[in-house]
Amino acid sequence: MLQDKDRIFQNLYNDGDSGINGAVKRNDWSDTKDLISKGRDWIIDEIKLSELRGRGGAGFPTGLKWSFAPKEVGSRPHYLVINADESEPGTCKDRDILRFEPHKLIEGCLLASYAVNAHTCYIYIRGEYYFEGQRLQKAIDEAYEKNLIGKNACNSGWDLDIYIHYGAGAYICGEETALLESLEGKKGQPRLKPPFPALVGLYGCPTIINNVETIAVISTILRRGGKWFSSLGKAKNTGTKIFCISGNVNKPCNVEEEMGVPLKTLIEKHAGGVVGGWDNLKAVIPGGSSMPLLPKEICDTITMDFDSLVKEKSGLGTAGIVVINKDQDIIKCMARIARFYKHESCGQCTPCREGSGWMWRMLERMAKGEASKDEVNMLMDVTKQIEGHTICAFGEGSSWPVQGLIRHFKKEIEERNNFNPLVKKDRNIPYLVDQHLLDK
Amino acid sequence: MSIKKVSKEQPDSFEFNEENLKIANDIVKNYPGGKQQSAVMSFLYLAQRQNNNWIPLMAMKYIAKLLNMPYIKVYEVATFYSMYNLSPVGKYFVQVCTTTPCMIRGAYKLVEACKEKISKNQNTLSKDGKCSWVEVECLGACVNAPMMQINEDYFEDLDKEKTSKIFDKMLNDENIEPGSYRGRVNSEPENNRKTLMDLKNASR
Repeated sequence: MLQDKDRIFQNLYNDGDSGINGAVKRNDWSDTKDLISKGRDWIIDEIKLSELRGRGGAGFPTGLKWSFAPKEVGSRPHYLVINADESEPGTCKDRDILRFEPHKLIEGCLLASYAVNAHTCYIYIRGEYYFEGQRLQKAIDEAYEKNLIGKNACNSGWDLDIYIHYGAGAYICGEETALLESLEGKKGQPRLKPPFPALVGLYGCPTIINNVETIAVISTILRRGGKWFSSLGKAKNTGTKIFCISGNVNKPCNVEEEMGVPLKTLIEKHAGGVVGGWDNLKAVIPGGSSMPLLPKEICDTITMDFDSLVKEKSGLGTAGIVVINKDQDIIKCMARIARFYKHESCGQCTPCREGSGWMWRMLERMAKGEASKDEVNMLMDVTKQIEGHTICAFGEGSSWPVQGLIRHFKKEIEERNNFNPLVKKDRNIPYLVDQHLLDK
Repeated sequence: MSIKKVSKEQPDSFEFNEENLKIANDIVKNYPGGKQQSAVMSFLYLAQRQNNNWIPLMAMKYIAKLLNMPYIKVYEVATFYSMYNLSPVGKYFVQVCTTTPCMIRGAYKLVEACKEKISKNQNTLSKDGKCSWVEVECLGACVNAPMMQINEDYFEDLDKEKTSKIFDKMLNDENIEPGSYRGRVNSEPENNRKTLMDLKNASR
């Protein structure tokens, strides 16, 4: 188990003070100038050495992402954008960072901005997090006052301005290009890639987009060394991570743990166990609603890191663990998630816009037992039609949970939906659509 | 996206008051020159707050002029994002999260309370016109489920009884405290903390 001294977010539960005084006590801002004076190559190398992978869901190596930014600033300025549009069901880690560790984020912004040559940083916060945004604004004001950011930040010679931009309740704006569209004052509809934002991003300028948690751990990594970070967790899945454990557990909570911690340990130890005991466990969604669920057999042994979960055809995502016990109707739970995706589809690509609604309606019927036998396979077919046929990853995000349900609980669906379809006979006249016309 | 109804009754004019105009001018400065369109979302917020929690069409036209962009672009933004209310919602706007993590901890009990205390259907004003409620998607406080948002405040760790009590107070215009209603501290595991032990209760 991770020792307390190795936890990055010491103020996760707000035991101390989230303001500047508390932050300084926790060693934030202590030698920022020295870190910057070591140069941007050193910073990027150190992050590469730490093997930090993005905490926003996709797990892309952060050091590598930063190295995609053009080395020299050309005619267009560079931007750093922080994605605080946390809306994946099951995830609430960024909220606590914004509320209780805002200075870790701001210091990370400064270091990251320097590393990618940006003088302007936008933090895109979901609109519902109004008070969290106010807290962060207060921390930004404090930082400006002490000249930690602004002109010649921390006397390092680097200028940085940080602005907050509020979203307005669109899940899709967590997708990086949709976020940029939204930041430009348009509808949040994802852009085609390439070109990637690192070259053509906000206002057509090179832009690096990182999750809140990714940026908030930067200062600690640089201070304690990439080696220290990579010594935690597993190979290729290094460091610590905030896990959000919600659903049918006795003590739902956020907790920072090492990557690769067994799921059972997280639930039994930190979250007080499943309601009704471990044997009452039905399934777990391991990484926010868009990751396929895992049945109990896998939960017994699985460890929480990117690669182990991919092996089980799921993913770590944002590490929002939703525990579902046997008192719940699993089909209904997934139907509700499908409704979420139907509601949040931006409407740009047809497979996703229409398909997310189909999946929801079919699942609703399956939950009631109103679907016919062969519809289960039809549903699987629909998910395959959406997956990979959309501009952004929302298509995958909406179809994977349904695929997970069918993969692990097909029997249960079939038992409940056990009647034959109304039309049985196939006349095999492929070019004639209106086959009933043949009946005279 | 959700279907949003634009209110049939619209005011004849809309303008930012002096205070909001000042805030608006400050917001535009956050963005590079010529990119003032970026401020449209914040402007819509300001308009919504100034106009009793909803945005009339005149406000969109006004904002379009202010930011020198086509009206349709403002309309597009206002209809795309779910947090902009295009018809009156009352002084207290209740949003109950019913997405799966909240649902399995009993969010629909909260919906029952809404139906009993506020109005039978969502998106309809209560009898006194003070309040309305709506089911929304994940509000990002899953660890504190079930929860709801009243205007900007989060109310967490609820059940039906507690929700009803909150509504009683709210409808009497009494002060209601946001936060956890089971007395737990933020998102820590209630009475089960195993981490950061030396810091626990350090400042309390």
